[in-house]
Amino acid sequence: MDKKLEKIVQALQENFGTSYEEFRDEAHVFVKAENIVEALTLLRDKFEFELLSALTATDYYPQETPRFHVVYQLTSLARNLSVQLRVAVNSDQPKVPSAAFVYDTANWREREVFDMFGIVFDGHPDPRRILTPEGMEDHPLRKDFPLGYEEPQFTFNYDDVDLKKIYAKE
Amino acid sequence: MAQLEEVSYEQYKHLVSERALTGETMLLNMGPQHPSTHGVLRLLLELDGETIINAIPDIGYLHTGIEKNMEAKTYLKAEVMTDRLDYMNTTGNNLAYCMAVEKLVDLDVPERAQVIRVIITELQRIASHLVFMGAFGLDLAAMSMFLYCFREREYIMDILEMCSGQRMMTTYFRPGGVWRDVPVEFEPAVRNFIKIFPARVDEYEALLTKNPILLDRLVGIGILDGKTALSHGVTGPTLRASGVNWDLRKARPYIGYEQYDFNVPVRAEGDTFARYIVHIEEFRESLKIVEQGLEKLKKLPNQPVISANRRFVPPPRAEIGVSMEALIHHFKYWTEGFPAPKNSIYNAVESPRGELGVYLEGDGGPKPHRVHMRTPSFDNLSVINKITQGHLVADLVAILASIDIVLGDIDR
Repeated sequence: MDKKLEKIVQALQENFGTSYEEFRDEAHVFVKAENIVEALTLLRDKFEFELLSALTATDYYPQETPRFHVVYQLTSLARNLSVQLRVAVNSDQPKVPSAAFVYDTANWREREVFDMFGIVFDGHPDPRRILTPEGMEDHPLRKDFPLGYEEPQFTFNYDDVDLKKIYAKE
Repeated sequence: MAQLEEVSYEQYKHLVSERALTGETMLLNMGPQHPSTHGVLRLLLELDGETIINAIPDIGYLHTGIEKNMEAKTYLKAEVMTDRLDYMNTTGNNLAYCMAVEKLVDLDVPERAQVIRVIITELQRIASHLVFMGAFGLDLAAMSMFLYCFREREYIMDILEMCSGQRMMTTYFRPGGVWRDVPVEFEPAVRNFIKIFPARVDEYEALLTKNPILLDRLVGIGILDGKTALSHGVTGPTLRASGVNWDLRKARPYIGYEQYDFNVPVRAEGDTFARYIVHIEEFRESLKIVEQGLEKLKKLPNQPVISANRRFVPPPRAEIGVSMEALIHHFKYWTEGFPAPKNSIYNAVESPRGELGVYLEGDGGPKPHRVHMRTPSFDNLSVINKITQGHLVADLVAILASIDIVLGDIDR
């Protein structure tokens, strides 16, 4: 691993007791959910990680617990470094503190993760869905959501198909 | 039939100002079917007369579940989906995805393939900027720009077609290299383009850059400062027009960009005009790279264009006819695919719109466990509310055109 990156990973370890993995020269640092906002603030203010490149999640259902990993990919322009923070969350009502006040881009990205995985971001200023239609109840990128197909709606089966659409119900 | 619900204030209460609740300001839908929203984007505008108080984007009209679909396909078949993300930069998406796969399975790419990739990617960047320039002109009532830009774009589409057989959805880059070598007509066609294009860029500049009507509509409009841009995750030409010199081709050279001599245009103003100028200058820089790429390609004749690591690369066509093993391998390769390690990587490239990142996670099998495309337009659009406040509706159209969004890229 890069010498400069090593220092940053160490600082995270000292402050938040994180563990880390390395793969193809990338550092994946595991942070506890309650520390994530502080960790992001520390990286932004002290280590010049100005850019939150990506914020996404992955679902390990049913093989692993904790079920979800929320992934924060950070980039430092000044030091030309990247680091990845990962937060493991579990349970049916997964919750992570919102980072929307640290990075503005997290606002939309967290809405996307909520939309796709149903992970709730505590304290989010605008907790609406972003990509799927309003009123949809499922979270499509979860592994237990089927990759189905939608029946084409014609005149003869209009009402039948309508009944199956969650978002079209009253 | 289900009843359509009326849009209520309740949903947007926390996003609009208090004056909207008393009816003092007006809420107005712009889109989703509005020609100047570059696709299917809906903006909810809060207006005081013609001044914008808030512009709230509503996206998702083109959401097609590409990430979910990619999880159900092998690494090879999933690549076809990446073309459909940012349909103005199809080979660039292929590049980001192929590089991610190569990084995940640790696959080498021969030099000739790298050079071809650079040339094609830069040509695609020019094509993408041409669409930007055409649509930008169209939005500002410079109709002829659209026609001129699409005239030049056609040259590039022809070049892509002769390489891959497709004009837009090429899937020309494959993990390990490119699908096949470029045809003999490739070099003369690119040379021809290099010869005519600089004069055409001057022509665009003659039409737009010093046009007083245009300057009135662009200079000082939609100012975005570097710090806000970074916090919003804005990258690419939009970020460089705000005075931040950040280009992944320079900062973290990939596919051999360190061997090419080119500049990164940066403007400090951060207004709509700066974003336009950065695009114009990138035409010239990309053309420089293409020219150098051709010289490099000349020095590498008859070299392989795809990796020799047969674990991840199909056997050549000629071998299939004479070797049983090659035939079996070919069949297994395309039906089963190849396994990738159970781990994740993040790989980013500089697309014409900014940082195009791929988060790719393998599960030990032939299908990706999770693919996330970090698309630049998504973050670039998120800043729209901040930079349009206080401007007129007509300026919103200019600002929206200048940040160069592609809705296929945003909604995925």
